[in-house]
Amino acid sequence: MTELAAPELAAAAPRGRRHPLVGFVARRVAAGIATLFVVSILLFAGTNVLPGDVASAVLGRDSTPAGLAAIRKELNLDRPAPERYWNWLSGFVQGDLGTSVASQAVSGEPTPISSLIGERAKNTAVLALCAVLLLVPLSIAFGVYSATRAGKPVDHAITTISLGAISLPEFVTGTLLILLVAQWLGLLPGVSIITIGETVFSRPSILVLPVLTLLAASLAQTIRMVRAGMLEVLRSDYIEWARLSGHRERDVVLRYALRNALGPTVQVIALNVQWLVGGIVVTEFVFGYPGLGQALVQAVSARDVPYVLSVGMLIATVYISLNVLADLLVVLLVPKLRTAQ
Amino acid sequence: MTAIAARLRFARTGSGKTGLAAGLLLLALILIGPLVAPHDPAAIVGLPLQRPNAQFALGTDGLGRDVLSRVLWGGRSIVALSVVATSLAYLVGASIGLVAGYTKSIVDPLLMRAMDVLLAVPPLLFLLVLATGAGHSVTVLVLGVATVHVPSIARIVRVATQEVAVRGYVEAALARGERTASILGREILPNVLGTVLADAGIRLTGSILILASVNFLGLGLQPPRADWALMISENRGGITLQPWAVAAPALLIAFLTVAVNLVADAVARTLGTSIDRKRVAR
Repeated sequence: MTELAAPELAAAAPRGRRHPLVGFVARRVAAGIATLFVVSILLFAGTNVLPGDVASAVLGRDSTPAGLAAIRKELNLDRPAPERYWNWLSGFVQGDLGTSVASQAVSGEPTPISSLIGERAKNTAVLALCAVLLLVPLSIAFGVYSATRAGKPVDHAITTISLGAISLPEFVTGTLLILLVAQWLGLLPGVSIITIGETVFSRPSILVLPVLTLLAASLAQTIRMVRAGMLEVLRSDYIEWARLSGHRERDVVLRYALRNALGPTVQVIALNVQWLVGGIVVTEFVFGYPGLGQALVQAVSARDVPYVLSVGMLIATVYISLNVLADLLVVLLVPKLRTAQ
Repeated sequence: MTAIAARLRFARTGSGKTGLAAGLLLLALILIGPLVAPHDPAAIVGLPLQRPNAQFALGTDGLGRDVLSRVLWGGRSIVALSVVATSLAYLVGASIGLVAGYTKSIVDPLLMRAMDVLLAVPPLLFLLVLATGAGHSVTVLVLGVATVHVPSIARIVRVATQEVAVRGYVEAALARGERTASILGREILPNVLGTVLADAGIRLTGSILILASVNFLGLGLQPPRADWALMISENRGGITLQPWAVAAPALLIAFLTVAVNLVADAVARTLGTSIDRKRVAR
């Protein structure tokens, strides 16, 4: 995406008047919204148009004709698909996420999805935030350290361990952590269940293993890429020049090299934050963590179409927004791209 | 010949050797395992949740099935399905890329915009939505995982095709009056194949990761199927009494993914591309 940024900026720059960034930001955001619109069609088609009646999928083997008719009516399944799509999307944009069919099948009352996900969304945000807040400084610290000791045993150890961590799926990392830390050493809770009335903050220990699981793969990935970026910069002429003019190695690394390696690093970290979106679903399920991801998996199992559709759309919105944000951030941070005319 | 030699050079690097040895060992276990399994993997053969003992080397699971037998049977599905999904992805992705790269019509931008949209959806979310709409089945799972890879393969093949399409031998074939299908298949495909397959190992790792994750979530293969990922989620409830029913399949999946990734990394490095730039997103 960044490769595109420079020529696009140059083409957009009007003579004198507007700052070139304004046009770039506007076009990048518009492209994001357009993508989101197409993705919404894809999600709707994936859940609604494929073979199999949603109503019978929800009720499964226990379906009675009366129950089927009720759910069909509730979901307006007798209407044509484009009309249903439009009703859903216009509701979604205004904050009406629809009603959950699975919880209706249990309680008999139509339950608005927005009332079901408030607390869960907060819990997921806490988990994601903890992971990201640790991911950024740790990946830069380990990446820079590893790059300055390239070829030495420490560097080899970091590179090898991170290759291993990248290879493991989140549910295996999580399961092994549960076995090792919770089961064998008995140190931390292996499940992250909270009772009614509690919040995640009343028992912060339940956050530790999920955060570690999320960090394992993404941290390994970012460390490798920060290291690669730093190595490239450290080999450049101006770093050699800085060394030759007698700057201390510490200053050379932190003041000159790191700043120049930071641009690509930001994008890498942003990409990994984006990947956390997928990892968080599996991680929450492994630990029974009461977040959106765990609820999404349960909804998929119950084939609760409105729930999957709305929560899926929320996740896609976050995912695509992160992508747009990363692009904007890189352009802001890399002077060459910012001023390209 | 030299191309093949270059492709095999990874086997001489340290991590390539380790990965290859581990991978072959595991492949042997997966292939021979079912032949030497002491029990039927689906049969209830004893009391549930026994720890490893003289009769059951890895104990029994929550239903009283032999964990060792299930572990010996349980690797086939994950390896076979990943290989099928990855091959299918290459077949479809390469076809789309060839057509988009060779045609100069509206088909090219249309195909590529469709690929962009697919790339904009998180892979796991895509598979979850598919499982909701089309049900939890092996066919849906394999088609879904293949679809996740298609856009990036199509992009690479398209660029490679555009580079090759202007070469003299393609123009010569055109001048001879050969049909488009034969130009694509006989002139262009063989020349883009190297670029295309360079990251096959990385994609295979990606397939294994995501397939196993979906099976673990209970949205792919269904019980009583013996599958490593499925075994982990089935036996999580009894983890305090019988940790081995969870530990054995978890360690084997870890072994498998690390081995495949070591080989993929070694191949990528000896071919001069970096694994980091091509990691398949989850």
